[in-house]
Amino acid sequence: MKNNNLIKSLIIIGLTIIALIVMNKFLDSYLKRIVNLCAIYIILGLSMNLINGFTGLFTLGHAGFMAIGAYTVAILTMPVAMKEMNFYMKPMVPFLLNLKMLEIPFLPPAASEFLWFIFALLMGGLLAALCGFLIGAPVLKLTDDYLAIATLGFSEIIRIVFTNTQSITNGALGLKGIPPRNHLLWAWSFAILTIIFMYSLMSSSYGKALKSIREDEVAARSMGINLFKHKVLSFSIGSFFAGVGGGLLAVSIGTIDPALFKFSLTFNILLIVVLGGMGNIKGTAISAIIITVAMEALRFLDEPINIGPIHTNALPGLRMVVFSLILMIVIIFKKDNVFKSTLQKARGRYAKDR
Amino acid sequence: MSVSEFMQHLANGTSLGSLYALMAIGYTMVYGILRLINFAHGDIFMIGAYLTYYGIVYTSLPWWAVFILAPVLTGIMGLILEKLAYKPLRGSPRITVLISAIGASFLLQNLGTLVFGGRPKAFPIPKMLSGTLKIGGVSIAVISIVIPIITIILLLTLTFIIQKTKTGMAMRALSKDFETASLMGININKVISTTFFLGSFLAAVGGIMWGIKYPQLVPLMGVVPGLKCFIAAVIGGIGNITGAVIGGFILGLGEILIIAFLPTLTGYRDAFAFVLLIIILLVKPTGLMGERQAEKV
Amino acid sequence: MLKIDNITMKFGGVVAVNQFNASISKGEIVGLIGPNGAGKTTIFNMITGVYKPTLGSIIYEVNENEEDITGLRPDKIAKLGICRTFQNIRLFKELTVMDNVFIGNHLRLDSGVFSAVLRLPKYRSEEREQFEKSRYLLEKVGLYEERDEKAFSLPYGKQRRLEIARALATDPKLLLLDEPAAGMNPQETQDLMEFIVDIKKEFKLTIFLIEHHMEVVMGICERIYVLDHGILIKEGNPLEIQNDQKVIEAYLGVE
Repeated sequence: MKNNNLIKSLIIIGLTIIALIVMNKFLDSYLKRIVNLCAIYIILGLSMNLINGFTGLFTLGHAGFMAIGAYTVAILTMPVAMKEMNFYMKPMVPFLLNLKMLEIPFLPPAASEFLWFIFALLMGGLLAALCGFLIGAPVLKLTDDYLAIATLGFSEIIRIVFTNTQSITNGALGLKGIPPRNHLLWAWSFAILTIIFMYSLMSSSYGKALKSIREDEVAARSMGINLFKHKVLSFSIGSFFAGVGGGLLAVSIGTIDPALFKFSLTFNILLIVVLGGMGNIKGTAISAIIITVAMEALRFLDEPINIGPIHTNALPGLRMVVFSLILMIVIIFKKDNVFKSTLQKARGRYAKDR
Repeated sequence: MSVSEFMQHLANGTSLGSLYALMAIGYTMVYGILRLINFAHGDIFMIGAYLTYYGIVYTSLPWWAVFILAPVLTGIMGLILEKLAYKPLRGSPRITVLISAIGASFLLQNLGTLVFGGRPKAFPIPKMLSGTLKIGGVSIAVISIVIPIITIILLLTLTFIIQKTKTGMAMRALSKDFETASLMGININKVISTTFFLGSFLAAVGGIMWGIKYPQLVPLMGVVPGLKCFIAAVIGGIGNITGAVIGGFILGLGEILIIAFLPTLTGYRDAFAFVLLIIILLVKPTGLMGERQAEKV
Repeated sequence: MLKIDNITMKFGGVVAVNQFNASISKGEIVGLIGPNGAGKTTIFNMITGVYKPTLGSIIYEVNENEEDITGLRPDKIAKLGICRTFQNIRLFKELTVMDNVFIGNHLRLDSGVFSAVLRLPKYRSEEREQFEKSRYLLEKVGLYEERDEKAFSLPYGKQRRLEIARALATDPKLLLLDEPAAGMNPQETQDLMEFIVDIKKEFKLTIFLIEHHMEVVMGICERIYVLDHGILIKEGNPLEIQNDQKVIEAYLGVE
């Protein structure tokens, strides 16, 4: 039976890859970007679900970790000349300015570039994970809403720091001209790897231990599970993937600035996780695709409408009104089902037996 | 720094602190009773400011009437918000309600963009409240003096309501022990509605005065002050009204004075609140005036 | 095996346990009884590190090593070989019966998280052992058939047994049972007593248990501590306890 599943998964992955190669050939750059965004949001959704859904730690700091990944990848992959052009207000720190690809001897330049990009993404992820580790160590002792607000605070601090460290990040001006990596296989390979990683992690002893923390912290630690270690582990792994997702976002859209990493970005990911089901890998992947496509498809809502005799003015905001409503309707009507398995127990319920 | 400059900063910080305090009260009252971070509170504050704007610009009512009417309307909106977004979720896991609150916040922000437009609007400042006063060589904006005075009046009124009225007593009972209090025949819905009304009313007053102090309205104006005021409530000890006021002043004064003394940190102004929050959570998670609750096993 | 020396637990102004002393030798089954609210579970919570005693010390002796475990973190205490069940059953409700027991053994896992994700050979062999152990324990408590059910869907009595299986999965030397027979009918209680004696023998356990069912306490405990209002009022064998005036008063109340 196990083999059957493996074969089935391999077939699905194979078909996905073929489909991606075909799409890559025929889609225009706008549609390709949406397909890429789907993969990126799968990674982000899963990484948030690992922390919030599987481990039961309600954190809201994703945008900050994405920013770390995005800036790392941008700085590592941008050519020196491009960096100089960007930093016209205040020159970049020479060390970062001169950071550039290592040419690996005996390899064709294309292969070097390939490896360097992977290295840059991993560095983005690792730096985000390191930050996650440093931040997680003190705040993961908090619970519920305190943790949410503290992680949100950290994410804002990261953004404010990035806005102010002009000689590193170019401040509010952002970075333009990040070398694009638009081939669909880039983002999607990482998305598939993330999915496999999450399945493997969650079915392992460690994954089960994480779930036990979500179910009942007191029981989990009485069974010898080091809460702190496991929470930090989950948080750091989640941050790693958020960083990788941020890096992929940077090379997919080509331009980043601190305003991109506001709380509303975390909100989008939260929407995906809630819709996909807390602690549900498949659901998260599907809802990431649905939400990403819907976000794009509903862009017309913000624009002037001219259908035959009907003319309306541009209605900026309408699209996000729709998405906020979706989130609230889902949460209100699905209530506990959203958290199919989450967070009842000792944590107390809202205004009932707290 | 000269004495007069310092006095200006002090006045500025005090009035900012008063605004934070007004808003922090709403967070702390709701959290005290429902254990919920009302994420949408900052957006209620925004709506209060906009309602005032429309009242003054588009009606012939005198400004002081609008200043009373708008908070009342905002209060009612807060009450409706609770009925729609939070009441259906009573008895659900706390995180569910928190997500609903985040959703409500985004909804209000984007409704704001949709209805009020994304472009900044200039807040119409009544003549009486604009201008500066010169006191012993120190020139201080009139509004910097008016804000703390109004805050004190409102705080005294609120204290009276909470300490002396029946609803106020019920509020205190609910925040001490929700379960028992609700078994004692307290009309929970009425108390919760009152709480939301009062909190939103105060936020709207804060919004109006914010508009006079920083006369530019945008639909996202409530986000950052909202987060900061929640932080103020946490610093003071969430659930504790006096604590929220103290937290508000610490934050307002701290923010202004740090920048006054260390101008290089100007860009980091908004980070101050978050750094303070994290320090407080690590050192004394219950806040300055909060009580600790033991975990039952 | 366990030496409890003058432990006191205060919550604010309330003294829940006052200068409690006890010692448990290897291989014993010891009971802890007392009226509701006497502070029994608080003592368990102090032994397992959930609460840190206000005063006093707890010494745990294992393999001829004496270790002061007072106020140690619960997971460290569990690693040293002290595990427990809970009065108000605290299973991982939404997880399967199998996973509940499996998680109990997680603390003995050597492999790191990456070797687990990559399924390196070392992890795989450890996991296989972990799985075999869980299977054995589930068979032992008669729950193997229900291994894929969610824990909350089990009837009450089976949940209690699952909790014991989960605790056994941590490889304990000292097992603390908090009211294992609560809510059981006489037949189930009888089965439980045999079960406790059985696992004690098989896993070479020392058992410390809180119980209200007197037939359990009197039936299997070699020694009994009686607690009332946080104070130790009597220690002795079942016979001595049954005939003690103070104990009778504590239970029946005194005019």
